[in-house]
Amino acid sequence: MLDSIDKKLLKEVADLHEIPQGAYNIRKNGEKLSRNTTANIDIVTKEDKPGIDIIVKPGTKNESVHIPVILSATMDDLVYNTFEIGEDADVIIVAGCGIHNNTGEDSGHDGVHEFFIRRGAKVKYIEKHFGDGDGSGKRTLNPTTIMNIEEGATAELELVQIKGVDNTKRDTVVRLEKDAKLIVSERLLTYFDQTAESIITVELLGSNSSAQVISRSVAQNDSKQIFHLNMRGHTECRGHIQCDSIIMHNAEVSAIPEITALSEGAELVHEAAIGRIASEQLTKLMCLGLNEQEAEETILQGFLA
Amino acid sequence: MLELKNVSVSAKDNSVEIVNNVNLSLEKKKIYVITGPNGGGKTSLAKAIMGIYPVSGGEIYLNGEDITGKSISERALLGIGYAFQSPPRFKGLFVRDLLSIAADDKNESKLFSLLADVGLCAQDYIDRELNASFSGGELKRVEIASILARTLKVALFDEPEAGIDLWSFQKLTETFKKLNETSDTTIVIISHQERILRLADNVILICNGKIADITEPDKILGDIDYFTEPGCYCPNCFARK
Repeated sequence: MLDSIDKKLLKEVADLHEIPQGAYNIRKNGEKLSRNTTANIDIVTKEDKPGIDIIVKPGTKNESVHIPVILSATMDDLVYNTFEIGEDADVIIVAGCGIHNNTGEDSGHDGVHEFFIRRGAKVKYIEKHFGDGDGSGKRTLNPTTIMNIEEGATAELELVQIKGVDNTKRDTVVRLEKDAKLIVSERLLTYFDQTAESIITVELLGSNSSAQVISRSVAQNDSKQIFHLNMRGHTECRGHIQCDSIIMHNAEVSAIPEITALSEGAELVHEAAIGRIASEQLTKLMCLGLNEQEAEETILQGFLA
Repeated sequence: MLELKNVSVSAKDNSVEIVNNVNLSLEKKKIYVITGPNGGGKTSLAKAIMGIYPVSGGEIYLNGEDITGKSISERALLGIGYAFQSPPRFKGLFVRDLLSIAADDKNESKLFSLLADVGLCAQDYIDRELNASFSGGELKRVEIASILARTLKVALFDEPEAGIDLWSFQKLTETFKKLNETSDTTIVIISHQERILRLADNVILICNGKIADITEPDKILGDIDYFTEPGCYCPNCFARK
């Protein structure tokens, strides 16, 4: 059964108001809470370590898998999940972790997600992180995502951390084969004394592979953010990495984009920008009747949407 | 009615008065075009009316209410609007968002008609992000649409024609006429363009921070000698005319 805290966490990390339709696996406080499989999507508990295998049959279309993790007890949770996405499948995977901590002790979740996206498959992967509760204990989330995208396959990643996570270290590694395509959209907000580090490494291994990584963040108060965006073109390929941050108050942001071409056919671009909210933007919205705080919120919400 | 009494605006370092002791009475349902040499104080005056620049002296009244001490937002809510000469771009804010913030009527059909009024295809533009992908002219037209979205007592347009192509320019002049015909809004346009000047009930000539003349468009456009004072547009020169 889901209590009110569970429901709130599920809503924040997976947009779920109740138990979802279709395939799902809900993990609560280190244990399986609930699971459902379908004719095309199987979920199997790993035997050698904590975690699950999600197996999507070839050709599966228009199905989704929800695998949220919720923590309402103080603990360090660790999970290894493996995704096997069959050829020509087209699915949405909604992951994410929510921590509710009302204690003075730290609570955290480390998740390692490894994907094998077979030829011609399409995956949209949504990962949201959220922290809640009045306790002084830290809420820590350290996701590792390893993605192997085979020939002609496509992956779209939406990585969002908007509220309540005190410390995070994200590590994302993606390898693309021939004609494979990757789109990454990362959104991150930190405030108070929170810290966030994101490392995204993209290996363009196959000819005509392409990748676009756009990271947007807002750092407020005394928080600190570091971004390492690395892209390596091994052959004829196209890649674009972009890191935009709005810095406010006494926050600190480091953006370290790196592109490496290992072939004359590699076309790689990086952009990085850090700055405060432009006063012209605030003034424009105030000229439409918003007060300064509303204008600021509108700009930040849009930037992180 | 908008009334300016002895309004002055100083440069940030107070070294010079950009707008110097200006008195103006602007009536509802009239079009005023402010023109004059570059650096004369036209934009500064408009921004002072909107509250973007503080006044260093004088008062501003809107329908008899002293709004001199009011903020930008308060003036906006009282019915003053300002279309920027160079509107800002926004990452993550879409045309739909901006128009919805501005519009009194937020129906999709209304938002579409606003874009049509400035010569933009709504289907193509409504869900576009207001980022660097917009040309200056496109951005300018969305900016004007954001002003047309509101029911205003005073609408200030700062060089609305700048960066806009000839075809859209024609549309723009029709839009100003339509606004004038269908509302009581006092329309104030900063412009140097003849076709905009011809829309005016009155042309306000500003140079060196002062009003040099308030006249009819024909006087400026029909008098070949009006601007022939050799190389000098100072108030004294205009006063000699």
